[in-house]
Amino acid sequence: MIETENLTRKFGDLTAVDNLTLRVNEGEVFGFLGPNGAGKTTTVRMLCCLISKTSGEARIGDYDVGRSEDALKIRRFIGLVPDNVGLYDDLSAYDNLDFYGKLYDCTEAQRKENIRRFLTMLGLWEKRDVMAGTFSKGMKQKLAIARALIHEPKLLFMDEPTANLDPESAKTVRDFILELKKEKRTIFLNTHNLDEAQRICDRIGILSTKLIATGTPQELERALSSGGGTRRTVVLLQEQATDAILAGVRKLPAVGSVTAEGNKLEVALSDPEKQNAAVVEAIVKAGGHIQSVTTVGASLEDVYLKLVREGGGS
Amino acid sequence: MRLSKAWIIAAKDFKTYRKKKNIMYSLVVIPLLIAVLIPAVIGYVAQKNTSRTSPAELVVLLPAFLFFYVILGSYLCTPIASYTIAGEKVEKSLEPLLATPTTDSEILLGKGIAAFFPPLAAVLGGSALFMLLMDLTTKDKLGYYYFPDWNSAIVILLLLPLALLMSVQMNVIVSSRVTDIRSGQQLGALTMIPFLGLYVAGELNLIDLGDTSNLLIIAAALLVVDVLLFFLSRATFRREEILTKWK
Repeated sequence: MIETENLTRKFGDLTAVDNLTLRVNEGEVFGFLGPNGAGKTTTVRMLCCLISKTSGEARIGDYDVGRSEDALKIRRFIGLVPDNVGLYDDLSAYDNLDFYGKLYDCTEAQRKENIRRFLTMLGLWEKRDVMAGTFSKGMKQKLAIARALIHEPKLLFMDEPTANLDPESAKTVRDFILELKKEKRTIFLNTHNLDEAQRICDRIGILSTKLIATGTPQELERALSSGGGTRRTVVLLQEQATDAILAGVRKLPAVGSVTAEGNKLEVALSDPEKQNAAVVEAIVKAGGHIQSVTTVGASLEDVYLKLVREGGGS
Repeated sequence: MRLSKAWIIAAKDFKTYRKKKNIMYSLVVIPLLIAVLIPAVIGYVAQKNTSRTSPAELVVLLPAFLFFYVILGSYLCTPIASYTIAGEKVEKSLEPLLATPTTDSEILLGKGIAAFFPPLAAVLGGSALFMLLMDLTTKDKLGYYYFPDWNSAIVILLLLPLALLMSVQMNVIVSSRVTDIRSGQQLGALTMIPFLGLYVAGELNLIDLGDTSNLLIIAAALLVVDVLLFFLSRATFRREEILTKWK
């Protein structure tokens, strides 16, 4: 659905997006993670044919992003929820959508049907005649999503759709994205929210001007763990961790760091599946009684922070 | 370029600023007020039979007064043009609009139509009323109906649209540089200055605004300016410029 090869955009001396090579498959929710200024919005704007690329190639469906003849076709093919909702405050929710429906050449019947459908799905149908300017942030965001869907695009770009929303509104938006996923729409989601990316996205790309990693959330976590990243074994004891227990565990050759907090012991291990037995044995030998043993891998947050720092992001 | 797209954008803008009372009042009240007030003052002065309303004075005053509608047109155009372009920029609604399958020219034309026709209609209506009332007021003094004549046709049907066009295009350019609607309006209103200068020059007898060839020269100059501004505003109103360079 989306293919880019060495896609680059420069603003004067500043390289906003550097040799981005990426593939997003049809029906996939692709999360684009990165710090502020990483080039996420610039990438979306290039792919939506809003700004030009400096070099490289990009294709949306069967269309070439660089060809001026394809620009209108691409914009008809996609929907965009920009980071600023940009609604017409003096128009009603219905009129906002109707205007965009007309620009996308939807027939009157299509417009009526889609406006009703999407406003109902997003819980705004009862507010259809209310001026958009009076809406809360969450309602505006939902209306902006409905606007992007008015012509039923196969590909939807969403730039930080839950940023600045209260938890309830953010959940509504996320649930709606999951609904769209069920409809097999391809969604390109720019986000800062790692938890959101992990929950919604099939695959994730981490951008810090350059694309520094792509994969499913699980693949990225595994990659960090196996690539010299540490994993932790958390041992819950029936009593407070004693010095004898700590000393016993620290003696083990494979152990990295050991920290204790009350009855919780965290042991950094390179290969917990092989080394947990020795840790348990050392604790029991030192007189400890074990409640539970859990192995925790690198979280997406660990992966993100590690990669972005290595990639030179903020 | 598809005119239908431009009309959709213009129709949306008409709908939006119909709700802006300040814009609607200025469109209706100012042309009407001038159309009524100036003939009323002339009528009042004429009653006193002063030399200021002699036929010789009137034939100088009347075309100058009519030229006032050109100034008015460029003034009335400013708040709408600022609202439709700088307003969208301030409300951040340009990006979703630019993401639709419309060309830059279609959007620009739509904005132009929205900013051009309402002031044109208001000024045409106001000037028609002005000419009617002025004819009724000055008929006794002049012995004939002064309006309409060829010069008034040139002023209203040629100079006025060209002045409006200039104002719309100047406002597009100004809108790219301002960060709020009010600044856009204030800077955009500067387009009145050349016309105000001509009006003052007419009053000071430096130029005869009742002379057909003078009016045609002004129209030709305006046409040249409009063509230059057309290219400049088109260069300013490009997606790339709007999203990367507009402040």
